Amino acid sequence: MTHNAANLAGAQASTGTGAATAGPGLLAHPLARPLGALVVLLLINLFAIPGFFHLEVKDGHLYGAMVDILNRAAPLMLAATGMTIVIAMRGIDISVGAVVALAAAVACAMAAAEQPLWLAFAAALGAALLCGTWNGLLVAALGLQPIVATLVLMVAGRGLAQLVTDGQIITVYRDDFFTLGSGYLLGLPVALYVALAVVAAVALAMRKTALGLFTQAVGVNPVAARLAGIRAAALIFASYAFCAVCAGLAGLIISSNIKSADANNAGLLLELDAILAVTLGGTSLAGGKFNLVGSVIGALIIQTLTYTVYSLGVPPEVNLVVKSLVVFAVCLSQRSKG
Amino acid sequence: MTRAPYFTSLVTVGLLAALLVAGGIAYPGFLSLQVMLNLLIDNSFLLVIAIGMSFVILSGGIDLSVGSVLALSTMVAAWLLHAAHWPPAAVMAAVLLMGVVFGAGMGALIHFFRLQPFIVTLGGMFLARGLCYLISVNSIPIEDPAFVAISQAQVSIFDGFVSPGVVIALALLVLAMAVAHLTPFGRAVYAVGGNEQSAHMMGLPVGATKVAVYAISGGCAALAGLLFSFYMLSGYGLHAQGTELDAIAAVVIGGTLLTGGYGYVAGALTGVLVLGAIQTLIVFDGTLSSWWTKIVIGVLLFAFCALQRLLAWRPNPARRCS
Repeated sequence: MTHNAANLAGAQASTGTGAATAGPGLLAHPLARPLGALVVLLLINLFAIPGFFHLEVKDGHLYGAMVDILNRAAPLMLAATGMTIVIAMRGIDISVGAVVALAAAVACAMAAAEQPLWLAFAAALGAALLCGTWNGLLVAALGLQPIVATLVLMVAGRGLAQLVTDGQIITVYRDDFFTLGSGYLLGLPVALYVALAVVAAVALAMRKTALGLFTQAVGVNPVAARLAGIRAAALIFASYAFCAVCAGLAGLIISSNIKSADANNAGLLLELDAILAVTLGGTSLAGGKFNLVGSVIGALIIQTLTYTVYSLGVPPEVNLVVKSLVVFAVCLSQRSKG
Repeated sequence: MTRAPYFTSLVTVGLLAALLVAGGIAYPGFLSLQVMLNLLIDNSFLLVIAIGMSFVILSGGIDLSVGSVLALSTMVAAWLLHAAHWPPAAVMAAVLLMGVVFGAGMGALIHFFRLQPFIVTLGGMFLARGLCYLISVNSIPIEDPAFVAISQAQVSIFDGFVSPGVVIALALLVLAMAVAHLTPFGRAVYAVGGNEQSAHMMGLPVGATKVAVYAISGGCAALAGLLFSFYMLSGYGLHAQGTELDAIAAVVIGGTLLTGGYGYVAGALTGVLVLGAIQTLIVFDGTLSSWWTKIVIGVLLFAFCALQRLLAWRPNPARRCS
């Protein structure tokens, strides 16, 4: 198991993990803990839930618990990807859930008004980008604390979303709208391709260009980074804009999956799940070292956990208790790493 | 810099007065005594939570668990009365103790393991909400005669009346102001919020202070839960969702800096009243939808943060990214 984990991790290690991998044990690798947790969780499922790993082809696509988890984890993966970049530069974005609701509201309102699909999606992503610009300006230009700056939109965002939907739940009846959230391509969910494409693009940009180094430098010490000639403020601004666009994309997938926009409940607490996924993946909340692949694994852990709790017949609300224990455990283990 | 919280606190008082006067001009009956007292009645639980939150924020931390602890308190109170048949006084004591212990536990995690307050209290938020549903997924009614009597009691003031909750909340506010400004503990809270390292070097009990502020916040959240259960006469896991945001907003609008160390506990009252006044204005207007409350609160939050930021502006890039 550890051998496998190390192989996988070695192949996918993201920027800035070079120093950490030099440690002697396989357990020292940053991806060892999240991957180990995911494997343990899957093993529990192997024994506790009959047919968990069973896959079959139905209606021309793969069908099974694993596919379901991957499909449902896609929005969280997207949100966690954006959040990783923000957290890597010492920020935090707690407005993700509100941006999801706003993007979903805009997309559904446009789609219900018989606008072309591309226009609806573009408008939703545009609205999300606007939100990110706002957050970025407050943090990078005005110098507000990230929690406070994004708190503004977290409070107001759902209000704006309700303004767009006029307080109603907008239901969409258009087949082309559903492709993103519940369609399949080559047997796998479309949403998964979208999420993986974004993750891959970011990972490439971070590894193949200097962006990863700059991001890490800003996270380790913003002042030193600025003095070294890195445009720290511009990078921080861009991280919030990117995070919001990721959230907007997640909102599109969610609204397309449930075929409607619910301004009150779409993406509720998604920001917290995203932060949890990032922390699970081994990225420190103090900024600096970050791990994109870890965040994706973190998102998968959370979704698998949710699935497990549901399938074991435990009331879904109890999931919150399990999640809280995970939060405490992760905090304490990060602490023990020093 | 030191004048910044003083000034923003005054701005809030001015804003509150302006809101009330505008309401009085636009809607007849807005400025009646009972409408003003209702402001307090409807927001007494929020005031109690905001008082606890003030201490946490003054010490440089944040507590996201308060809304969930409130819900857990209503749930535990309802369950102890309904299923375990405890006497009401014992229920209240148990709930308050639970809140204090819950808060102190988070404070201990934050201090002794040097964890971020944000993530620890986030865990506390999940835990408390989850525990509600472990007790029951459904709402539990409260039929205990003592609780019902308190919920229906009225304390008359001139021609109007307030609920006992308002009296408790205002008494707590006076007590909290005395603790914050007159005791060594209060000074330690400000010192820790200003600069933890300096406070430590000055020989102040940083650890005890940090654990104590979260214990206070947890205790206030539990007390708010009791007030809320008087108000709603039920325990429910969905009670008071998002209250932590309202409380943080109230404290910030009340003039307390989220970086810690600057501000006044009394700001909690003006902040809560501003939020309440906005809600009342929207109710009186009748044509505006409820979501405008959220948007206006967001705009106010921004305005106050920006104002504080501009007043405290220092051309020092070190603080800009921290």
